[in-house]
Amino acid sequence: MNKPSNIQSASCADAPVLKERGQREVFCGLTGIIWLHRKMQDAFFLVVGSRTCAHLLQSAAGVMIFAEPRFGTAILEEKDLAGMADAHQELDREVARLLSRRPDIKQLFLVGSCPSEVIKLDLQRAAERLTEEHAPHVRVLNYSGSGIETTFTQGEDACLASMVPGLPKTDARELLLVGALPDVVEDQAIGLLSDMGIGPIRVLPAARADGAPGVGDNTVYALLQPFLGDTDAELSKRGAKAIRAPFPFGEEGTTAWLKAIADEFGVDEATFDRVTAAPRARARKAISQAAEALRGKSVFFFPDSQLEIPLARFLTRECGMEAIEVGAPYIHMGLVRPDLELMPAGPTISEGQDVDLQLDRARAARPDLTVCGLGLANPLEAEGLTTKWAIELVFTPVHFYEQAGDLAGLFSRPVRRKEILAV
Amino acid sequence: MKLTVWTYEGPPHVGAMRVATGMKGLHYVLHAPQGDTYADLLFTMIERRNHRPPVTYTTFQARDLGADTAYLFKDACRQAYERFKPEALIVGASCTAELIQDDPGGLAETMGLPVPVIALDLPSYSRKENFGTDETFYQLVRALAKPMERTARPTANIIGPTGLGFRHRDDVEELTGLLSEMGVDVNVVAPMGATPTDLTRLGAAHFNVLLYPEHAETAARYMEKELGQPFTKTVPIGVNATREFLAEVGEITGLDPKVDESRLRQPWWSKSVDSTYLTGKRVFVFGDATHVKASVRIAREEMGFEVVGLGCYNREFARDIRALGKEIGVPALISDDYLEVEKAIEDASPEMILGTQMERHIGKRLGIPCAVISAPVHVQDFPARYSPQVGFEGANVIFDTWIHPLVMGLEEHLLAMFREDFEFHDEAGPSHHGGHAPRPEERAHTGGQPPAPRDIEEPKSDNLGSDVMVWLADAEKELKKIPFFVRGKAKRNTEKYAAEKGMTQISKDTLYEAKAHYAR
Repeated sequence: MNKPSNIQSASCADAPVLKERGQREVFCGLTGIIWLHRKMQDAFFLVVGSRTCAHLLQSAAGVMIFAEPRFGTAILEEKDLAGMADAHQELDREVARLLSRRPDIKQLFLVGSCPSEVIKLDLQRAAERLTEEHAPHVRVLNYSGSGIETTFTQGEDACLASMVPGLPKTDARELLLVGALPDVVEDQAIGLLSDMGIGPIRVLPAARADGAPGVGDNTVYALLQPFLGDTDAELSKRGAKAIRAPFPFGEEGTTAWLKAIADEFGVDEATFDRVTAAPRARARKAISQAAEALRGKSVFFFPDSQLEIPLARFLTRECGMEAIEVGAPYIHMGLVRPDLELMPAGPTISEGQDVDLQLDRARAARPDLTVCGLGLANPLEAEGLTTKWAIELVFTPVHFYEQAGDLAGLFSRPVRRKEILAV
Repeated sequence: MKLTVWTYEGPPHVGAMRVATGMKGLHYVLHAPQGDTYADLLFTMIERRNHRPPVTYTTFQARDLGADTAYLFKDACRQAYERFKPEALIVGASCTAELIQDDPGGLAETMGLPVPVIALDLPSYSRKENFGTDETFYQLVRALAKPMERTARPTANIIGPTGLGFRHRDDVEELTGLLSEMGVDVNVVAPMGATPTDLTRLGAAHFNVLLYPEHAETAARYMEKELGQPFTKTVPIGVNATREFLAEVGEITGLDPKVDESRLRQPWWSKSVDSTYLTGKRVFVFGDATHVKASVRIAREEMGFEVVGLGCYNREFARDIRALGKEIGVPALISDDYLEVEKAIEDASPEMILGTQMERHIGKRLGIPCAVISAPVHVQDFPARYSPQVGFEGANVIFDTWIHPLVMGLEEHLLAMFREDFEFHDEAGPSHHGGHAPRPEERAHTGGQPPAPRDIEEPKSDNLGSDVMVWLADAEKELKKIPFFVRGKAKRNTEKYAAEKGMTQISKDTLYEAKAHYAR
C-alpha cells in the first residue's frame, strides 16, 4: 500500500545480480553436439578428449536413442600425453580414417575438451592443416566445448562462432536467422517473415555446407537463442547488424521478436497484423489452456541452458506464475536485457552457481515448480518438490507461436501430474 | 589416440562414484572441471536414485587454472566435510585434474580432517570404470578393515555390488536368502549399502562371497591374505552355477549344501516340449566377463543353445574369456570397440544376441533379437519388480528374459507357412511385442527427404558377396519366402556353399542344395 511506486515499476534489468562461484551442476559445451549433429547433416563432430567426454556424450544423448551418430571422440591415451606419440600425427591419422569411412562428410569440427585445452593441443593449427590436406572436399573447423570454458548451450555458440569467419562475403541485404532450431520451427519463422514480404532469409547453421549463408555490411541478423554471444560478436565483426528483441518464446516474445525485424524491414502495421493475427490468437488460446495449472504458482530456476531468463519472462507474463529465483550459468546483458526489461522486479536474478547454497534457498522457498538439470530433479522430487528437467526445453520445439502452447505444457505437465497421482 | 563412438565403460572416477554412491556415510571430493557433474545423472536418472550422489566436484574453470586450483580443492573438501559430516572421505581427480597435478590426496592429508581420508589414484588415460570400482573398494578395505574375532555363527560378507550395477539390488537379496537357507548369516554387504564403519567389521566374517569379480576381486584377495578369509570362486548365476556355489560354501563352512529347490522352475520350463524350438539356437554372447561366463554356461547347459561367438569388453578378464572360448571351440573377442563387436556379430550371424544395451542396438540394426545380460546399464535395466540374476529365482528370471525377444515355437512355423499373409507376415515381428513402426529408411524414402548418412550401415548381410555372386530370379524369389529371422543366414550359407563349389550363379536348386548341406 505504501510502497513507493518507482520500485514497483522497476524491472529485472535494474535488479542487482547475485553472483555465485561455487560448485556448478551444469553440462559442458560438448553437450551441444547432440543437437548440432542432427541439424547439420553433412557435418561430423570429432571431440579430441578423454573417455569422460565420450561417456558424457553418450549419457547425455541417451545411448539408446541415437544409433547413428555423426560424432565421436578421439580419446587421448597415455602415450599422447607422455609425448611418446605426436598428438598431431595421431589426430591426422584418425581424421583420415574417419573421412575415408564417411565420404558424405563435408564439414568436420575438431572440438576441444578440458584435457585438450589443458595440454594446449593446438586444434586451430590442426584444423588449418587438415583443411589443406582434405580440400576441397572437406572443410575442417575447430572450437572448444570444454567445461573449463563453456557451459552447456555455449557449445553451440562456440560452434557457430567458429563458422562465421569462413562464411562467404555478400553485399546483399539479407536477413540472417542465427541458431540451430528444429526444421519445423525454422520453417514457421521463415514462413511468417516471408509473408510480411521480408527476404531473402538465410539461416546459420545451414543444413548442409553448400547452403552456408553469406555475410557482410548489409546483412541484418536476429538471434534465435539467448546463448549466442560469441556468434553475435563475430557477426558484428563481419559488419552485420544485429536486431535486438526479446526472444521468440510465447505469444508475446514471438510478436516482439517479429516486430523488431518487421520494423527494420519497414513492414507496415497492417501487414504485420494481417500475418500475425491468426497465429497470435491461436498461441494465446493454447497458452491459456496449458497454463491453467500454472496460474498463481511459484517457479524457481536453477542455472542450466541459458534459456532461463526468457522462459521466466514467458512464465511470469503469459502463464501467471511468480518467479522466486531465476538462475543462469552466466548473463549476457546485451542479449537478454529486452527480456529482463519486461519482467517486473521481484525475483532474485542469479548468475553462476554454488549448488548446495542454491539448494538451501530452493528448499526454504518451497517453489511450486523447480526447473533444474537431470542430476537434481529426482532428488528434489523425493523431497516433495515438483520439477521440470531443463534439458527437455533444449531438445523440444518450443519457439514461436505454434509451439507456445507446448512450451507452457512442458511446465504444466509435472504440476498436473502431481495433482492427479494418488499413490 | 583412438576414435570411439560409444563406450562400454566410463572413466575410472565414475567407478569410484559407483562405490561411493552405493555406500552410505562416505563422501567423494572430486577435483574436476565443470561438466564432469554430468555423472550425477547416471545415478539420479538411470538408476532413479532419490538422492544426489555423495560427490563434491571442485568444478574449476579456465580462469582458475592461472590461479590456485589447489586452494579450490581444499575449500571444497572443507565445505563438503562440514556440510555432509561423512564417516570417511575419498578424494581424487578426474581426467583433467590429473593433468594439472594438484595431488588431491596430499592436499587432503594436510588438512587434518577428523575422519579417515582415503586418496584414490585412478589413471584416467589408461584405465576405465571397472578398474575404478575395484581399486576404490580395495583402497577402502585396505584402510578400514582389520583382523578381528570371527562371529560365533557362520557368516559371510557379500562383496562386489555397487551403485549402477546390473541387477545388483535384487542379486543381493536373492543371495542373502540362499545363504540363510544354508545357515549362513550375512555379516556385511559392501560396497552397496555399507557405511565406512561397516567396513571395519568385514574381518568378523568367516569368508567372502565374491559376487562380482569386476568390482571386488582385488579386495577379496587382500582380505584372503590379510584377514585370512577365503572367498568363493563361483558366481551363482544359472542353475548349475548356483548348485556349485552352494557346494563351495558347504566346503568352506562344513554346512550341508542341500537347500530347498521347490521354487526353481527353470529346469522344467526348459525341458517341457514347448521349449523344443530353442534347441541349437545360435547365440552370440557379449558383455562383462562375469555375466558372459555365466551366460555361456546357461546357454549351453540349461537352454540347449549353441554359442557361436563370445567376448567381453573388460580387458582385465581377457585371459578367462579366452580360456572359455578355447574350451568351447569358439574364438573369444576381447574388445571395447563397439564397431568391432558389431562386425563380429554380423559375421557370426547368430539367431540371438545375449549382450549389453549396445548389442541390443546392434541387434536392432541387424534384425537379430537380443536379451540384455550385463552392464552398461540403461533405465530399463532397473525394473520396479524383483528380478535377480543370481540364484534359483535368477535362473527363472533369465529363462523368461531370454526367450522373450524370440519368435515363439508355433509362431515360428506359422510365419513360415503363411508368409504371404498381409498382417501375419515376417516383417511384423513377434506377435507378443505389439506394434512395429516402419523402419526409418522406409520413412526417409517415402518422405521425400534424402536418407540421412549413417555411421553404421544397414544390414550388410543382404549385400555380402553380391558383387561376385549372381542370384537368379527364381532363387531370389524363393529366398524371400524364408522368414526374415533366418533369411540372412540362409543367404550367407548359400553364397558360402556356392563359392566353395566355384559357382558364380545361384539358382533355386543351389539354395536347396546348400540347405541340405548345412542341415543339422
